[in-house]
Amino acid sequence: MSHILQHPIAERLRSLLFGGRAHRGLLFNIVLYALLIAIGFVYLQPLLFMFITSMKSPNDLLNPMVQWVPSELFLGNYERAWRVLDYPDTLLTSIMMSIAPSLLQTIVASLVGYGLARYRFWGKPIIFALLLATFIIPPQNTVIPQMLTYRDLGLLGNPLALILPALLGQGYKSAIFILIFYQSFISLPKVLEESAQLDGASDVRIFLTIAVPSALPAYIVAFIFSVVWYWNETFLTVIYLEGGLTTLPMQLSRFTQAYENLYPPGTVNIFDRLNEAVKMSGTFLNILPLLVMYFILQRWFVESVEMTGITGE
Amino acid sequence: MTMRRLFRRGISLRAREALHGYAFILIWIVGFSIFTLLPLIQTFFYSLNQVTVTASSINLSFVEWGNYTRALFTDPNFIELLIGYTIETLVSVPIVLIFAMIIALFLNLKFKFKDLFRVIFFLPIVITSGPVIRELTAQGAASAPGIADLPAVVDFLTQLPRALRTPVEYLLTSFILILWFSGVQILIYLASLQKIDKSIYEAAAIDGASGWEQFWKIILPSLSTATIVNAVYTIVTLSHFSENQVIRHIYDQTYDVQGGIGYASAMAFIYFAVMILLLGIVYFFLVQWAKRSGQ
Repeated sequence: MSHILQHPIAERLRSLLFGGRAHRGLLFNIVLYALLIAIGFVYLQPLLFMFITSMKSPNDLLNPMVQWVPSELFLGNYERAWRVLDYPDTLLTSIMMSIAPSLLQTIVASLVGYGLARYRFWGKPIIFALLLATFIIPPQNTVIPQMLTYRDLGLLGNPLALILPALLGQGYKSAIFILIFYQSFISLPKVLEESAQLDGASDVRIFLTIAVPSALPAYIVAFIFSVVWYWNETFLTVIYLEGGLTTLPMQLSRFTQAYENLYPPGTVNIFDRLNEAVKMSGTFLNILPLLVMYFILQRWFVESVEMTGITGE
Repeated sequence: MTMRRLFRRGISLRAREALHGYAFILIWIVGFSIFTLLPLIQTFFYSLNQVTVTASSINLSFVEWGNYTRALFTDPNFIELLIGYTIETLVSVPIVLIFAMIIALFLNLKFKFKDLFRVIFFLPIVITSGPVIRELTAQGAASAPGIADLPAVVDFLTQLPRALRTPVEYLLTSFILILWFSGVQILIYLASLQKIDKSIYEAAAIDGASGWEQFWKIILPSLSTATIVNAVYTIVTLSHFSENQVIRHIYDQTYDVQGGIGYASAMAFIYFAVMILLLGIVYFFLVQWAKRSGQ
């Protein structure tokens, strides 16, 4: 038996299957791809489910034979979801209400990160502890007084309600962005700065001409993540903007109600009642802009770690 | 001009550096005071009062710890929701960590179509928002397909003691949902993996260490910091998630005639305390583990 295993062909077969020192075996690769595909499916399945359900006509929904392949291309759900979501308006609001705070948040976070990374001063550990605290403290522990103050100032429903905290470095998940900038500025060689200082450049000038250009990837990554998180944030957005502005996720969260306002259940026939296909169309329309953005900018998400030099501390 | 020169000469270089540093972070300190510290104190103050809000004013009547005792001893739902949240978090954190670590290990390898898989694995970062998750869960797209409904599984579940059944049931019904919370964690693990010096692997391979041994002896210890960061991140994200049952309950009580702002604030602080406790426990265990595996 053993001499068969030592035969050159058996040896090569073994190396092919189980791999050797320099390469991975076929078996390993099969297992690897099987797992990758299985996990990939776990992530894609809800999206696929959402997309396919959104294409189903009322007949397909009732037909138990139709699971994964709708019998016809049916866009009626999208037509309705589009109207219920008031799509162009809410889309524009969502874009504005995620880009404006994100821009401010990114700029302010970079200033704070720079201050923490490049200057020695008393109390830095305290600042870091407080940063961590802002990340941990649940929003419902601070939101009520803020809301009441905004109400007194007449700022509820006003874009400023989201913009002001971002402007003062207290935007959504701002601690993470400050740490990203801290990480990327701390790896900047001090020599550049010192030579600029000798040339008489002011601190602001050094920041703008040396630090900012060198941390450009960090700016882009921070801005993109900030936009995504602001877009998806609904707890604070609902409380601050309710009654004034309506973002896409806000409208989605009251989809049923909005649908019944447009199509009162008593007056439309049974096929025009709200069903899961319409809901899934609405959900899909809600994430579509993010999906488009993700596929265009995917490199910045996927390689964000390498680009910003986050080290995981 | 002379004033400025005097000023400059008057303070040391060290102090000037500190001042410039403070100038950069001043905006954050102001923001922290206005938007975090002050509201936090005020919320705590509310939690000790019965708060009634009218169109023009806010009326307070001091009730000491009344709101807290009501939440802990009288409220029929709050404690149950809190226990549910604790169990769910303790079940989810290890799954997210292990899952994120496995994916990061995969993505650290070289293989064909790697870019495609990376794009798929980071999708949850983009999509995970409250309303979307709610719609997907409502349509049954978030559970491991059909497993929880299999007769054999149902039988098995009824055999389990209640303390064990809840976590297992949660695991089966929300498995996909849990995995959807691991996008950023994969990124953090990947960053740590890429920092490991390649020559360590080579040295280990020459010494005859298998891939399996390399994982336990080299890779896992060097991921300990990332694991702690990820655990904290996971707990915070799950606890802040707007579809979280406890948060929904607190939110509903805020606008409730029976509850009101004072009561909601008290619950918010109890919830915060439980969350800190969870963070503390997980942090403590992971630090112990990191110390042991580091030696």
